[in-house]
Amino acid sequence: MIIGAHNIISPLGFTSEANFEKVIRGEGGIAMQTGTDLSDTDFPASVINESELEVHLAEFLELKAYTKLEQLSILSLKQIIAGVDVTSPKTGFILSTTKGNIDLLKADNLNPNALLATTAQKIADYFGFASTPHVISNACISGLVAFIVAKRFIQSGIYDNVVILGVDVLSKFIVSGFQSFHSLSSETCKPFDANRDGLSLGEGAASVIIHGKQKTENTPYVELVNGAIANDANHISGPSRTGEGLFRAIKQTLRDGDKVDVISAHGTATPYNDDMESEAISRAGFSVVPVSGLKGYFGHTLGAAGIIESIISIMALERNVIIGTKGLKQQGVVAPIKVVKENEYAPTKGLLKLMSGFGGCNAAVYFKKHE
Amino acid sequence: MVAMPLFTSKNMSRVIKELSIQSETVILDGKIIFSSEEKELGGFLKDLYKHTGINYGKFFKMDYLSKLGFLSSELLLKDVEEIKPETDEVALIFANTSSSLNTDIKYQKSMEDIPSPAVFVYTLPNIVIGEISIRNKFYGEHIFLVQAKYDKNILLKYADSLFETTATKYALVGWLELSPTENYNVQLMLCAKK
Repeated sequence: MIIGAHNIISPLGFTSEANFEKVIRGEGGIAMQTGTDLSDTDFPASVINESELEVHLAEFLELKAYTKLEQLSILSLKQIIAGVDVTSPKTGFILSTTKGNIDLLKADNLNPNALLATTAQKIADYFGFASTPHVISNACISGLVAFIVAKRFIQSGIYDNVVILGVDVLSKFIVSGFQSFHSLSSETCKPFDANRDGLSLGEGAASVIIHGKQKTENTPYVELVNGAIANDANHISGPSRTGEGLFRAIKQTLRDGDKVDVISAHGTATPYNDDMESEAISRAGFSVVPVSGLKGYFGHTLGAAGIIESIISIMALERNVIIGTKGLKQQGVVAPIKVVKENEYAPTKGLLKLMSGFGGCNAAVYFKKHE
Repeated sequence: MVAMPLFTSKNMSRVIKELSIQSETVILDGKIIFSSEEKELGGFLKDLYKHTGINYGKFFKMDYLSKLGFLSSELLLKDVEEIKPETDEVALIFANTSSSLNTDIKYQKSMEDIPSPAVFVYTLPNIVIGEISIRNKFYGEHIFLVQAKYDKNILLKYADSLFETTATKYALVGWLELSPTENYNVQLMLCAKK
């Protein structure tokens, strides 16, 4: 499987390139939110500015009637969809989201637009997809699961190409939930840091085309090699101390000879997650492999996170750079791993992307650069 | 105990048990094994829990979707001796149309007072997968898909792809629907790799 065109929409920009440029310069999107729409108390988060979004919507008057989540989704897909035969039943579409249009419950408990499949169909219909869209809702690993499912669908012969889209926006529903768990940091999150005290939430939309056919011409490309999903079988809201599920996901993803040059971690900056992740990475034998965490730039973008972070990590792979972990000052996790603080320039080919989430779910995907 | 296959998909899996729960009635492999007078979902789930004869404290903390999926898994896995706990070999492949909306609405109401973390954690449809995994020590592949209507075919094809490319040897596959208005419909299969 080949990684095709991609797009990221976040507070850092409306294209993958714009996002990558900011990340490489060390700029992040997390800022103090002082309004009352999302929370009664101020909290730091990476939120897409409404007036910035208006500018991008200006030429698409028909999108006025859509929700913010749908607008971001459509704007993201618009940037990659050229050249995709959406009228072919062999083109698949997967939406990854945790809460979709959950904000609509505020006014109406039974609003049909709060149904995730309705949202997916609305987005699919805008572009005229012939195939029925699939929705993946597996908590925080959803975006990475979209890559894995796309690969399996193509392998099974169901589709030739699959468009994956990850999106989530913030609402009082989501923010109050994380606040009730005391999992939000009072400052910008500090992944893998000794003083980390919680995550920062973020919004975003990101999309990628996964092509089934191997490239024949002599151009460089990034391959989606393999992926796996595994459960901790331990606790519904706390990660396993031994990193059981993540360790198993890594083991099942990698085949003999798969060389890992860089790991793009989940790194939420909650005390438990980052410890668990260090344990799993260390158990898998990757204590000396550079680990990079991107939540300091984007916050935790929930259903979009696996796709946003994979795109940035793939772009870094293509440019032989390992991105510094924004927010990390002094590493402090239980197991020995090598988290990268500042950007490092080194030839890299094999990328391992990790995600974990509520329900004890864990996912790993291995990407490989071919030059 | 292994029943005759009731349905054969492509060529990788055979269905060894089928379970349906609708309108206060539980049907296993075509036979009614339990029915209740209890029209209210909470009461029905309590009755069904008693019927299974299990003693599992965590059950009482679960939301309705998790209780429904958990009890379904107990009924399907009962007396299947070849499935042992502590395994990567059992996959959980679920879908529904209402996601976790039944609990989302309860959480939305709780926000007016003090938002409850114990309710918030269940505002994700895949938590039921976590509950079944914890109970059985299943470490394997799992996924929750949200569909406009039950697409059994795609779920069986996904199970086939797991049988073909992963350690998966068994899979609980199917529909686990609970609407915001407490309409429920379970159509689950226990499949084995051929």
